[in-house]
Amino acid sequence: MELDPVMLARIQFAFTIIFHIIFPTFTIGLSAYIATLCVMWMRTGLERYRSLARFWTKIFAVSFAMGVVSGIVLSYQFGTNWSRFSVVTGNVIGPMIGYEVMVAFFLEATFLGVLLFGWDRVPPWLHTMAAIIVATGTLLSSFTILSANSWMQTPAGFEMRDGIAFPVDWLAIIFNPSFPYRLAHMVTAAYLTTSFVVLAVGARYLLSGQQLDHGRTMLRMGVGFAAIVAPLQLFIGDQHGLNTLKHQPLKIAAIEAHWDGSKPGDLVLFAWPDEKTESNRFAITIPNGAALLLTHSWDGLFPGLKSVPPEDRPPVLPPFFAFRIMVGIGLLMIAAAWCGLILWRRGDLFNTRWYLWPLKHAWWTGFVAVICGWVVTETGRQPWVAYGILRTGDAASPVAVNAVATSLVLFVIVYSIVFAMGIYYINRLITRGPDDPLVEQAGRAAPVPSMSARGGAG
Amino acid sequence: MEAYLPIIWAGIIGFAVAMYVILDGFDLGIGILFPFAATEQERDLMMNSVAPFWDGNETWLVFGGAGMLVAFPRAYSIILPAMYLPVIIMLLSLVFRGVAFEFRWLGVTAKRWSVPFAAGSILAAFCQGLILGGLIQGVKVENGAFAGGTFDWLTPFSLLCGCSLVCGYALLGATWLIMKTDGAIEDRARDHAKTLLAVMLIFMAIVSVWTPLAIDRIAERWFTLPNFLFVWWIPAATALVAFATWRWLETGREALPFIGTIMLFLLGFLGLVVSSFPYLVPPSLTIWDTAAAPATQIFMLMGALIMFPIIIGYTIFVYWTFGGKVGEGEGYH
Repeated sequence: MELDPVMLARIQFAFTIIFHIIFPTFTIGLSAYIATLCVMWMRTGLERYRSLARFWTKIFAVSFAMGVVSGIVLSYQFGTNWSRFSVVTGNVIGPMIGYEVMVAFFLEATFLGVLLFGWDRVPPWLHTMAAIIVATGTLLSSFTILSANSWMQTPAGFEMRDGIAFPVDWLAIIFNPSFPYRLAHMVTAAYLTTSFVVLAVGARYLLSGQQLDHGRTMLRMGVGFAAIVAPLQLFIGDQHGLNTLKHQPLKIAAIEAHWDGSKPGDLVLFAWPDEKTESNRFAITIPNGAALLLTHSWDGLFPGLKSVPPEDRPPVLPPFFAFRIMVGIGLLMIAAAWCGLILWRRGDLFNTRWYLWPLKHAWWTGFVAVICGWVVTETGRQPWVAYGILRTGDAASPVAVNAVATSLVLFVIVYSIVFAMGIYYINRLITRGPDDPLVEQAGRAAPVPSMSARGGAG
Repeated sequence: MEAYLPIIWAGIIGFAVAMYVILDGFDLGIGILFPFAATEQERDLMMNSVAPFWDGNETWLVFGGAGMLVAFPRAYSIILPAMYLPVIIMLLSLVFRGVAFEFRWLGVTAKRWSVPFAAGSILAAFCQGLILGGLIQGVKVENGAFAGGTFDWLTPFSLLCGCSLVCGYALLGATWLIMKTDGAIEDRARDHAKTLLAVMLIFMAIVSVWTPLAIDRIAERWFTLPNFLFVWWIPAATALVAFATWRWLETGREALPFIGTIMLFLLGFLGLVVSSFPYLVPPSLTIWDTAAAPATQIFMLMGALIMFPIIIGYTIFVYWTFGGKVGEGEGYH
């Protein structure tokens, strides 16, 4: 089989960005959680908030490091593998990525040093401040990067000259039509994902009978948060979907596996969409369900895949299945959070094993939902890399196919090792728990000035 | 105004590259010196001396990449495909050494992550040298896109640049250790620094002779009048700073060797700028040929003017917070 360089570059980008998004998702949520813990520690003076904050800061550091190094890779891959994309859209996309580094990344990376090593070096208020700055930095990062991504989905505020995009109106570029929805959806997803990691760790402690006090604190905070935010996410996701229908109807058609736009869409619960026959096999449907959801009318119409020739359609299988997995996880999260709320009211939250056991094993669910969400939106944008401006097939770099194959293999090897080790170490940290001397010590003995040092810094 | 924009941006990116080379240079240097430490405890201490800073330091590399994309998208889209393999291998090396900072103290034995940390640091530095060398010797461009082969960058000259940079970063690392540690580590770092300084000067001399001999435009830039009258002081100043740094190493100064090494790097960087300006993709494309739309450069410039002083301010704050020597036996974990 002849290797296709564009396909290889796409696989490489997909692989590296899926690997990357796991860590920002976690650190966006975790930085906010740590900042919350720090503020509560300041307000109540309770030691348990401080030791929890310190514990999660260590885990944050490991995740942030993996996020930083995999993020550097991405900022260069636009050039190494997608140089045509950089030339065509650089005038518009470039500043968004530039601002991300300048406003957010520097802020996070620099103040992380204070957050990690400053426990005994700076006063509590400054430490709390650093936690809030890091959390704000991750939000600013999301803002700029999601703005850039949204522009690729729903470009606005530009004009094309000689095949190259030029900026006309920066506000229209930044606040392009899909951006507010995507931002809300992703930030909420990050918070929700992290809350389920916190819940899983809390459940784990309660089940094993260790760190009971910390376990209870985390469970209370997690259940309370998720019970409100998980249903909210369903609403935000729905609004995001309606916005997509307006601007990228074919993506919605692929999600719903809706081929014929002249009939009201059925809600396809399960099927195997067949791109050759342009129909769904083994379909289980709710008649007119999709029409009702998307157009709020029983016989409302929305465009089908067959409204454009096959070469202008996105692939159907990835958005179709990824969407169902994402929504399924979201619904399970709502159920889990409300179930927890009921148990809490009954006073059984901390001793119901049938509830805690699945919760303990559900730490990864949010990450899968986030990755699936991105698969939906990115494959649903195809065959375009920048919607209506540049096709993915025209965006790649003039790099030899063997070079791309080599780099892809290297990425898979290195990332697999790093990921496995990262999970292993984070798991070790969790096993040790917040009260372990190693965790307790972490950061305390940051480079301390010795006898010969100048006095000013200590 | 519009004709000056690319110059301003070239200055900003030049500044970012210099910041990166100096800041990440010393923490990569620590990794390069790792194999020469006596014990794992020493390695712990060496790593602790840079642990609070490395995230921030590497951010300059991200900014270098993003800045090129913003200000000179056409250069970005030629240089990176041209240097494909060294760039990818550099990034992967940085992945390995970066996670080693967090993983090392969590492992059963700290030793397990010492080797990846050292290897990643050396390889990343070497690849950066390859990229620099490959860029100096020139990139084949047709119709505004890279038109060369996968291994065009691989020449004796680029290999030499790779070795020079490994050596130079090690010198930065050694002089950083002189400043930040004491006892046996400081003594050994002082010995290393002397050797490294000598080797680095030899490398600098070879590069300085080689480039004008091999590349006519560089010879013309340096050795014709009136150019020579403006640039003769660069090699002279380099010699002077090198001599001073040597003296500072001999006389037991703590911070000055590090500052001297930084000045050597800046002078070397200035020499490269003199050789190549205004070409961003030698020998064909200048900063004006590759510049982004003026509206883009202005929009980004507004942010840079506000943010750079702030970034520099809090970078100084963090270095000040963690100032002073790292004490013996006071490991960070």
